[in-house]
This record gives sequence, C-alpha cells and structure tokens, in this order.
Amino acid sequence: MSSQLFLSGVSKSFDGFKAINNLSMVIEKGELRAVIGPNGAGKTTMMDIITGKTRPDEGEVYWNDAIDLTRLDEAATARLGVGRKFQKPTVIETLSVADNLNLALKADRGVFSTLTARTGRTQKTEINRLLALICLSDQRSRPAADLSHGQKQWLEIGMLLAQDPALLLVDEPAAGMTDAETMRTAELLRNIAGERSVVVVEHDMQFVAALGCKVTVLHQGHVLAEGSLDHVSANPEVVEVYLGR
Amino acid sequence: MLARLIDTRMAVFLAVLFVLTVAVPLGNLVIAGQPVPSYVVALLGKYLTYALLAVALDLVWGYCGILSLGHGAFFALGGYAMGMHLMREIGPRGVYGDPVLPDFMVFLNWKELPWFWLGFDSFWFAALMVMVVPGALAFVFGWFAFRSRVTGVYLSIITQAMTYALMLAFFRNEMGFGGNNGLTDFKDILGFDLQADTTRAGLFVAAAVALAAGLLLARYITTSKLGKVLVAIRDAESRTRFLGYRVEAFKLFVFVVSAMMAGVAGAIYTPLVGIINPGEFSPANSIEIVIWVALGGRGTLVGAAMGAIIVALSRTLLTSWFPELWLFALGGMFILVTLVLPQGILGAVEAGLRRVRRRPREAAA
Ligand SMILES: Nc1ncnc2c1ncn2[C@@H]1O[C@H](COP(=O)(O)OP(=O)(O)O)[C@@H](O)[C@H]1O
Ligand SMILES: [Mg+2]
Repeated sequence: MSSQLFLSGVSKSFDGFKAINNLSMVIEKGELRAVIGPNGAGKTTMMDIITGKTRPDEGEVYWNDAIDLTRLDEAATARLGVGRKFQKPTVIETLSVADNLNLALKADRGVFSTLTARTGRTQKTEINRLLALICLSDQRSRPAADLSHGQKQWLEIGMLLAQDPALLLVDEPAAGMTDAETMRTAELLRNIAGERSVVVVEHDMQFVAALGCKVTVLHQGHVLAEGSLDHVSANPEVVEVYLGR
Repeated sequence: MLARLIDTRMAVFLAVLFVLTVAVPLGNLVIAGQPVPSYVVALLGKYLTYALLAVALDLVWGYCGILSLGHGAFFALGGYAMGMHLMREIGPRGVYGDPVLPDFMVFLNWKELPWFWLGFDSFWFAALMVMVVPGALAFVFGWFAFRSRVTGVYLSIITQAMTYALMLAFFRNEMGFGGNNGLTDFKDILGFDLQADTTRAGLFVAAAVALAAGLLLARYITTSKLGKVLVAIRDAESRTRFLGYRVEAFKLFVFVVSAMMAGVAGAIYTPLVGIINPGEFSPANSIEIVIWVALGGRGTLVGAAMGAIIVALSRTLLTSWFPELWLFALGGMFILVTLVLPQGILGAVEAGLRRVRRRPREAAA
C-alpha cells in the first residue's frame, strides 16, 4: 500500500539559515503521528512545505506516492485532501460558527458554483453533526469572535473535519487550552486517526503521551529520533536538546 | 430570494429612492410652477451616480478588504465610453461641420477616426463598452496584482498609481480623447435633446434604476456563499486559501464586477453633467470615494450609497455658502466619523434606533 505522505531529503533555507535540513519522513495511511521539537526546530516550516505555502530548495514531497506536492499551492493541496490547523487559531471572526463550518464543507470551490451554492439538507445535517462533535451546538449563530481561545481551536478542528481531508496537519492544538480540554482534544484526534492520517505538532508532553502514538523528534530541521515516546525519551541526544531543558 | 436581498435597511432605502424617482420628475415636468427646478434634477441624478460608485467600492472594500484607491478610473472610463458615443451622435452639427470627426480631431488636423473610436456611433455598442472597458482593465490589473499576492497598502498604492497614469494619458491630445478639454458639447442621446427637461428627467430615472439594480446585485453577491468567502478573505486570507478557495479568483471576480458597476455610474454621469474630462481620473477623486463609504458605513452597501449622497449634498451647499471651507469640512467629517462613528452614519443611526425601540419595552417590564 502506498504511503499517505512521503518526504525525502527536503531542505529549505531562509537567508542562508537552514530551517529544514535534509528532512525525510513517511506517514502511513490512517497513522497518527506526533512531531515534537524545541522552538525553531522547523515544525511549522515543515507544514508550510507540505501544504505548498513554501517551496523547498531541494527534496521530494509525495502524496500517495503519486502526486508531487511541491508543485501545488495551498488551495490545490487543500482540494487534494490536506487539512491544516494553524499554530495561532484562525477562524473567520465576523462569520457565525455555523458559517465557518459551512465554508469549510467539502464542495465545489469554483467562483461561480460558490456564487450559486445553496445550503441544502445534507449540508445542514453535516454542520449539526460537526457542531455536536466540537461541542459548539449552542454557539452556532454567534460570531466566531465571541468564542474562547480553546473553543476557537475546536472550531478550527471542526473546519478541518468539514473539509473531509485524508491528512490533517495540526499545529500546537493544545496551546491555550485547559487540562480537561487538552485531554478531550487528544481523544478527538485519536478517534479521527485510522480513518484519516493525522500529524500533530505539540510541545505539551502530557498531551503527546495521551496521543499514544509514534513520535518524531525534530531538531534544527532534521529528524533526531523516531519511535515510541518511551523510546525517544530514552535517547540521550533528545534529552539534551529538548527534554532535559 | 427577494427576502434574502431586501432586509429592513434595503427596503427603507429603496422605498425612499422610489418616492424620489416618482416625485422629482413629477415636480419638474408636471406640477405647475415647477417646484423642482431642472438644475436640481441634474444635480440629484449626479448624486445617484456617485451613490452607485460608492456601492461598487463598498463591494470590494467593505466585503473583500480590497482598498482600491483607483475606483475613480473605472467610473471615468465608463464616462468616456458614453462620452465617445455622445460625441459621435453630434455628427455634422459640430462647429467644423465634419460629418464623422469630432471637433477636437478636426482641430488637430486628423484625417480619419482612430480605430478605437469605431463602433461608438452605435448606442448599444457604447453601452457594452461602458462595462467592458472598465471590466477589462480591472481584469488585467487584478490578474497581475492578486496573483502575485499584492495586498494592503501596496495594493492601494498601485491602484492610485493606475488612476494617476490614466489621468496623465488622457490629458495628452495625441491619445485621441480630447486632451484636457475632454469630451463635451453633446447634443442628444438616443435622439432625445440633452437640453430638454424630459431627457434630464429620463436620465435621473435611469440613475435611480441603475442604483437600485446595483444595490440588489451587490446584495445578491454578498448574501451568497461567495459573499461569505469574500468576508473570509477579508478577515483571514490565509485560512481561506487553506480551505481550498483560490483567493485570487474570488478577488478578481468581485473586482471586475465592481469596476463594471463603477463604469455604469460614469456612463450615466456624463450625459447628466454634459462633460467628461481627465480631471475625473485625479487621485483625489478616488480617495474621496473611500471617504463616502467610510462615512456612510463600510460593508453595508446602503450606508455607502447614503455616504456618497450626504457628502455630495454637503459639498453643493457648502461650496455655495463658504467655498473656501469645503476641503476642511470634508476632512473634518472623515476624521469625526473614523473617531466617533466607526460603523459610519448608518451604523450609528441603527444603533440609535435599537436603543429607542428597546426603551419602551424596558419601561413596560
Ligand atoms: N518565512 C520565513 N522567513 C525567514 N525565516 C523563517 C521563515 N519561516 C520560518 N523561519 C525560521 O525557520 C526556523 C524554523 O521555524 P518554525 O518552522 O516556525 O519552527 P517551529 O514551528 O518548530 O517552532 C525559525 O528559526 C524561523 O525563524
Ligand atoms: Mg511552530
């Protein structure tokens, strides 16, 4: 079976500084993967490269072993099935919670089909299902700006799911969440995986432990260690650059 | 569908507009003693074309965050397209009596009509060009600007440069648009004498109908799912891209529609005021449109139209009473609104109404 995502020898410099340095990684279909690493390790840049926001200087990025993602832009990778949650929660503040989900729902993204689109029963049912899943049913008509930080994170995850992506890239979802919210987010992501591939970038070790999945440690744009959380935690290099501090 | 397009503020505005559309021509043409003088008909018609121009800008700025400081150019191009038709309508009645060439071309010793003046003898061709020319410019401009992801202040600056460059070009006699005199001395439109009161009243009605149609079209767009995408682009452009929307295509669509709307406004403006000249391209004109929209209420459509009318009316009154004060008054209004009424006049009025309506209920409780 082909892998969902395949990175090989990827490098990217910003003004001579190597943010990503000969990075290779494989994500299988349905896999849940945690990516950890100190600030500036290149985690967000890695997501920028996968989604076509940033072009790598060298290396390959393949989708399903077939499609070269480095040739696509953000809209194209999104249409292909990559959903991305930003590090800073980003929802459309002036639109209602339900409208945020509606915009994200899988549908023809062309200009004219969007102009004439109608929100039919299927869409409404799907929006209601997602609202229940992210515990925002009561807030559906409120502008997203009124939500708490944690709720915005959830709405953004809901928007990702509305896109029905094959791969979710989730950048620091637990930031700004209470402990209870953090644990529920971990559970939500665990449930999503299997049907979809999920890559989670996180700092919070408790959260990573709750995910209970394979962990990749990034350092200076390069994979330092990979394996179970216990395995990488026992690696002295990892302890030195990351866990020990 | 109609319920989607016509909310309370739209209903009130269209009702007032309808009453005006009936009352003004009646007062000018039918009622004895002519309570509405002819110059007022032309003046009000001009305000309505400004209102349509403001709606066009609100569509791109209020909803999609594209702060165009060059919308005056689209208005002027529409005005010139109509002016070219009106010039050709003059025919042999010009000062030099040339059956085909407008006077300024005879004066420049030109022997034949430049190719880009061909076809403008037909009203319907001109009516098409009124939208096609601004639309095409907006398309080409937007294609490059949006694809290279020029946004914010940089985009505003290049739109301003665009209208400035066009102004310089249109000032040149060799361009073939009448140089700094522009196009004027029109005789008639569709066979109707432009000096006649009935024609002027007809143009006023045309301006009102165009404004209503423009408002409804803009409302159709902004209440559709595409309208929500526009707001998403305005508030979180990057998020919108990652949702799979090709942001540049949406911007291009709304920019072109808006430019065409501005072109129609310009086309009705030209016969109403009887002249179109390169001054219409001046950067200050485009900046003033932004003031109308901000003053009336950005992102409300109806508010933008109101803002244009309020500023134009104040200008007419102030320039006749204290001509030297007008620019200060305009600047003052803008500062006042941005500091005190961030939602514009419409937003303030609606907030006031809500408060008044709530009070009796609270008293009863
Ligand atoms: N667009 C950019 N321009 C310049 N430097 C950048 C850019 N994006 C990221 N960087 C640099 O690349 C490094 C990796 O950043 P990032 O991927 O955000 O790290 P992380 O998400 O792991 O904290 C940082 O040193 C950052 O300053
Ligand atoms: Mg980061």
